Amino acid sequence: MKKGLGTLILLFLLAGNSPAAKEFSVPYPPFSPGIFPCMACHEGMDRNRNKRQLTDMHQEIKIIRHGERWCYDCHDARNMDRLRLTGGKQIRFEESYNLCGQCHGNILKDWKKGIHGKRTGNWQGEKQYLLCVHCHDPHNPPFKPIKPEPAPVKPENTLLKSRPRAKSK
Amino acid sequence: MKEESDIDLSRRKLVKTLLAGGAATLLPLSQAYGAAGTIDWAAFFQKRFQELTPQEVGRLIKRLEEKYKIKYGRDIKVKTTPSLDNVEFAYALNLSKCIGCRRCVYSCAQENNLSRKPHQIHYIRVLRFQSGPIDFEKAEHYYDPREVPEPGYFYVPVQCQHCRKAPCVKVCPIKATWTERDGTVVVDYDWCIGCRYCMAACPYKGRNFNWAEPRLPPEEINTNTHYLGNRPRMKNVVEKCTFCVHRSREGRYPTCVEACPVGARKFGNLLDINSEVRQIIETKRVFRLKEDLNTDSRFFYFFHS
Amino acid sequence: MKLFNFVFDATKEVLKGTPLYYCWMAFLLVVMIFAANSYGYQLEHGLLVTNMRDQVSWGLYIANFTFMVGVAAAAVLLVIPAYIYDFKAIKEIVILGELMAFTAIIMCLAFITVDLGRPDRFWHILPGLGILNLPFSMLSWDFIVLNGYLVLNMLIPFYLLYKGYLGKEPNKKWIMPFIILSIPWAISIHTVTAFLYNPLPARPFWNTAILAPRFLASAFCSGPAIIVLVFQIIRRFSNIKIQNAALFKLAEMMAYAMFFNLFLLVAELFKEYYSATVHLAPMQYLMQGLHGYNALVPWIWTAITLNVSAFVIFILLRNIRNLKLLNIGCVMIIIGVWIEKGMGLIVPGFIPDTLGEIYEYLPSSTEVMVSLGIVALGAFIYTTLAKVAIAIDTGRLRRQ
Repeated sequence: MKKGLGTLILLFLLAGNSPAAKEFSVPYPPFSPGIFPCMACHEGMDRNRNKRQLTDMHQEIKIIRHGERWCYDCHDARNMDRLRLTGGKQIRFEESYNLCGQCHGNILKDWKKGIHGKRTGNWQGEKQYLLCVHCHDPHNPPFKPIKPEPAPVKPENTLLKSRPRAKSK
Repeated sequence: MKEESDIDLSRRKLVKTLLAGGAATLLPLSQAYGAAGTIDWAAFFQKRFQELTPQEVGRLIKRLEEKYKIKYGRDIKVKTTPSLDNVEFAYALNLSKCIGCRRCVYSCAQENNLSRKPHQIHYIRVLRFQSGPIDFEKAEHYYDPREVPEPGYFYVPVQCQHCRKAPCVKVCPIKATWTERDGTVVVDYDWCIGCRYCMAACPYKGRNFNWAEPRLPPEEINTNTHYLGNRPRMKNVVEKCTFCVHRSREGRYPTCVEACPVGARKFGNLLDINSEVRQIIETKRVFRLKEDLNTDSRFFYFFHS
Repeated sequence: MKLFNFVFDATKEVLKGTPLYYCWMAFLLVVMIFAANSYGYQLEHGLLVTNMRDQVSWGLYIANFTFMVGVAAAAVLLVIPAYIYDFKAIKEIVILGELMAFTAIIMCLAFITVDLGRPDRFWHILPGLGILNLPFSMLSWDFIVLNGYLVLNMLIPFYLLYKGYLGKEPNKKWIMPFIILSIPWAISIHTVTAFLYNPLPARPFWNTAILAPRFLASAFCSGPAIIVLVFQIIRRFSNIKIQNAALFKLAEMMAYAMFFNLFLLVAELFKEYYSATVHLAPMQYLMQGLHGYNALVPWIWTAITLNVSAFVIFILLRNIRNLKLLNIGCVMIIIGVWIEKGMGLIVPGFIPDTLGEIYEYLPSSTEVMVSLGIVALGAFIYTTLAKVAIAIDTGRLRRQ
């Protein structure tokens, strides 16, 4: 009886860490070098929950075009190595898509199907996912314009290099 | 009487001209095909790929790989992976996302060993339209701004649509191009006679011709190739996008899908209800280019930001 | 043995002639040699030496092929009256007309061959050795009908000439079925050629039902025009009697054909310009220019002017039986139809291309040289064959 109960409890605990919580295997989050784990610095520090412009550290991080929010809207003050959902639930950085999905629910739905987001790897079998933050900087999400690759060669410039006799008009 | 000698002279002149002319003609013709000793008779008599037995295919691949080694100095692997079962490919492209950066174009050129400048071949062509309807006459092919996307414009990449009712397959006089089981439309480069009828028939500019010997720097060659796909081609035959047959038949995405930095390109198995392409068709509003031509293309465009 | 004698004697006949004959043949040989050199250059470097590109993938070679198929088909214009209306004035020159058809088909096959990327793979299209995409590919059908027509036009004149050489009457019962067969076959070669371009939905300029009728109408103009001119040359340099009545009869038929041709042109113009869909673009490019590109505009207007003028001339010729006027009309019609059917049909089919791009194609020097070489080849072959035919017809060449 005890053994059976123990097995049940074990299974229950395992279920807590089952695919339902870690559905999508993603590459390591794109932290800036050395920034994680956050608690390495924030352990023992006071938490100033007043919304303000930071001056001591992380002052280079500006929330641009992502609403009127600030750090503790997404980062969990209780445990800096976690993010927080609006209800207060803590999630790991590897699960940050659930945080973005609170507002961008349709995109999250599409992302889970593989419709939103960059695809690499195999169309057959396990899909490989990237986190939202692998492409979108959470503090400054909009993509910057990039330099395009060169235009194709026009047909009148498609020539033989060797003999000038072959020049078109 | 002068006539006899006149006629004799004229005859002599005629014969001389013939001989001189014959030599002048044969010289460039022989240069074109190489001296008789270097004619590849095995290649000349090679049958259609679809008619070859497995042993013949084995011999063909061996011969090809040897030829490539001599020509390019690289060990190029030529696969003949067949279509996978229960697979029907489809492609979806999100026009709300495409920024016209052409990363897909050049990754394709690298992956598929396309001819470089000046006789450049690109399987993908990105068209730029002003915000509004898709009017091909107003498309800009050669846009070259400093940065993309440009405000007020949107971008539509076009490539072979691998139509179910492919006009190119219908018109080829010798069945050198056909639709495989997985839906990919392929070309047997060793069977094609270069008549370019298929190019006249394609409504999407999906097919390219090797007007000259492809310019392919040996050090840039992708050695992972397929017979029907990206193995190095030769001049005067037709080629086209093959959904990266050397990758897709091993379960991998075509390189254009992976190269797109904004995730505008989707590829997968239409028969798999969970594939993103199937989900896109089921849940998004998709359309195809030139739908009225009834080519039943596999390339679905959609807008969804 | 008799056959060998025939070939031997015919060859002897070809190798002797007047100094003017030698000059003519030498000139043609020189042109052919230069053309062969250009073709060798093309083989070596690839079709890039032409001005064709992905955007305009067919050009001068296919344009000339289209024109020459019309000429070949027009031989039927001579055969029909002779064998249906039993019009004696034309009957005697039927063989020369069929030899013209034979030469024209040779030129067609030559134009196709120089256009092919890989002519060394020609065996891929031979039935039995290679494979034909029947019944779907029009090019496979064209291969069959053109070569069948070639065989017919080798068989019939050769048989008639051979019998003439032997001094015997041809077996009408044996040869008549082939002659009758060559009539629908001639119509079919040009219809199938029109069907090459016609069913491509990617090319709206060609995707019109009246393309095949237009082809036939223009063929019935250009073919007889060439024949009229060539026969006058034959008449001048030999003892063959070709009556003016025959020539003016051909002119009358050309008048009707040109009227039909012009009517179909008007029908095309009306439909495209009135509907004014996106499919107007190639027609507009041709007639007016499009987005600043107008390289073909002077060409088409020249062609239309020549065709209309020729039509007027041919109408006048019903009352004014003037040979000079006839010749002027013929030259005008040949040039006009060549432009309209060649550069004015093939090239605009690709402009704008399927993605809306405009690449203005005009032939390169290599293409022009090779084309001239093939024309010279045709002239060379026809001179040779006509010489033999005339010699047999006038009784000079007989088996001893």
